[in-house]
Amino acid sequence: MKIGLLLGLVATSALAADPVVVGSKKFTESYVLGEIAKTVLQQAGFPVQERAGMGGTIILWQALRGGQIDLYPEYTGTVGEEILKTKEDLTGEEMRQALAKFGVGMSDDLGFNNTYALVVRRAAAKRIGLQTISDLRRHPDLRVGLTHEFLDRQDGWRPLTSRYGLTMPNVNGIDHALGYAALARGAIDLKDAYSTDAKIQQNDLVVLRDDLRFFPEYKAVFLYRLKLDPRAITALNHFGRIDEAKMTSLNAAAERTKNYAYAASLFFQDTPNDAVPGRGLAPQLFRWITRHLELAGISLLFSILIGLPLGIAASRGRAVGQGILAVVGMIQTIPSLALLALLVPVPFLGISATTAIVALFLYGLLPIVRNTATGIQDIPPALRDSAAALGLEPGARLRKIYLPLASRTILAGIKTSAVINIGTATLAALIGAGGLGEPILSGLNLNDNATILEGAIPAAILALLVQGIFDLLDRFLIPRGLRL
Amino acid sequence: MEPFVQLLGVSKSFGGAAALHPTDLDFQPGLTTALIGPSGCGKSTLLRLIIALLLPDRGRVLFDKEEVTEANAQAVRRRVGYVIQEGGLFPHLTARANVLLMSRHLGRSSGETAERLAELCALSQFPRPALDRYPTELSGGQRQRVSLMRALMLAPEVLLLDEPLGALDPLVRSALQRDLKEIFARLKQTTILVTHDMGEAAYLADEIVLMNEGRIVQRGNATDLRDRPANEFVSEFISAQRSAAF
Repeated sequence: MKIGLLLGLVATSALAADPVVVGSKKFTESYVLGEIAKTVLQQAGFPVQERAGMGGTIILWQALRGGQIDLYPEYTGTVGEEILKTKEDLTGEEMRQALAKFGVGMSDDLGFNNTYALVVRRAAAKRIGLQTISDLRRHPDLRVGLTHEFLDRQDGWRPLTSRYGLTMPNVNGIDHALGYAALARGAIDLKDAYSTDAKIQQNDLVVLRDDLRFFPEYKAVFLYRLKLDPRAITALNHFGRIDEAKMTSLNAAAERTKNYAYAASLFFQDTPNDAVPGRGLAPQLFRWITRHLELAGISLLFSILIGLPLGIAASRGRAVGQGILAVVGMIQTIPSLALLALLVPVPFLGISATTAIVALFLYGLLPIVRNTATGIQDIPPALRDSAAALGLEPGARLRKIYLPLASRTILAGIKTSAVINIGTATLAALIGAGGLGEPILSGLNLNDNATILEGAIPAAILALLVQGIFDLLDRFLIPRGLRL
Repeated sequence: MEPFVQLLGVSKSFGGAAALHPTDLDFQPGLTTALIGPSGCGKSTLLRLIIALLLPDRGRVLFDKEEVTEANAQAVRRRVGYVIQEGGLFPHLTARANVLLMSRHLGRSSGETAERLAELCALSQFPRPALDRYPTELSGGQRQRVSLMRALMLAPEVLLLDEPLGALDPLVRSALQRDLKEIFARLKQTTILVTHDMGEAAYLADEIVLMNEGRIVQRGNATDLRDRPANEFVSEFISAQRSAAF
């Protein structure tokens, strides 16, 4: 015990500088596995930084290769099909060799297989004697509700029916979460599922055994950078196994309590502790809001610094002015998700708060550029003549006359940008940049309105506050003579 | 005497339409000249050419024997005071800040500027407490007085007035005309006044230049124009304009 503590201390002091960055995908199980990795590494003495719910496979994989994260939970089936893009059935060793070329390593499998599965109500299965997928041949009249993805996939419904020789005419597409509700109510009899879905336990369903081994294996693993400290890799390979039942119950706990860290902690406790710790909403909210303001504030600052000169240039009209307004306007029409996706592959940006700030900065430009240009253009010709006739140089005319005269319009543009930024910054959570988008995203993921509102309400209040603060600023920044 | 401001074959057109046909004109130092004529006759264009708010298509403008170009425009403008209709005061600055704008910009000492400001208030009969008001808080007549103080602040050698009283009601207007006459007499500056009112021109100016359709039609004093009109247009213009001052 004492030696372990000592080792821990040594490790901590040696590694105190750079935290290990743990990423996760945007669904319950990935969040929970991310939390487990965090605990394992912390127990091994490493400081850990979390980048939870960053998005899908491609984003996580790019972030790992780019070094923005050090590890994240993945599934062997996905490694083969989506990352290495091979049709062959690779062994674990073959996968490790292929991944090593990218500087990426793969841990031992964590102990469970989260593959596609077909599920039915336990009571119904018992009544008609269903245990395996082959048994379905005797029950062609069952009503089937499948996710649209499963209907289309290479390892989905059509290849499955031909392998098993099934003819089931009553097949309809239905959303995953709604499908569970339909199955529980008896509106359908069979649906596709992930084998560790919490809903399987909650709704008292059973998984039909894949007796012909049709579904590829989706064993959970951690993908990590080979540059990661070997002691961290050892820790990730030796913290114990999670079996399917355990993972299912952890997922259920996460969805029930809306608290991934708590669900992960259940894995490390020998005796389950039923007391859900308080989520400490206040400090969390504070962290979200500070981050949110940081994202919106920094981007707004840059929008002003760049937008003002652009607006001044645009106010001179002609081809350059038209060009500036056209480009800035075009940026605004790019959907925010698409803009983030476009920025992620840019060198030095990647999956980071910087990317979010760049996107917000670009969105903030149009109102500032346009209002600055309009504000200056609207200055009456007589005042322009007066300024010139006094013998003020062009720069001094701009500083002392034009900008103050246009200040009301320019400030209105900045105000618009600020409010838009506060709203759009919620999307930063998509690429793991945090902010009030975090609870909104996990709320959407958990289908939990209360969690969504934890982010949405503060964001709305923030937008109103920012508007109010800028209204107050008007009094200081708009010259009194223009407010009479 | 050498003219202080001189136009040599100056012409200007806008989008193919001639605003000013090739024109020669000189302004003698210390005299007040009125440019008069119907709207669109080119009188304001001529004024704007003198301080390079417009650049001539052809010909040269000489200011104190030096050609006015884009390069020396700033220097020339600082030797000229310019007052326009409705004053052209900057609404975001108080009356005082409007008047002191250039001397502050040029870093003149505050003692010197305060003294000059006091002088100008007395000269233009502007109440000193009103210096802290913004243009929108002043009457039309007061605004023109502030505009005049601003134009005179740097003690310019030439004063250009473009319809300075055009937007004022008759009573305020005649009071300001009287004050302007006194100021001109006191300062003895080269002054060019653009107006469309013959009475005002006759009352304030030593010499009148009557313009029509971008050309000078006749030059002389009020009596010359009335008694010896150069052509039909002059007599029509004079009779249409006949007013109490005549």
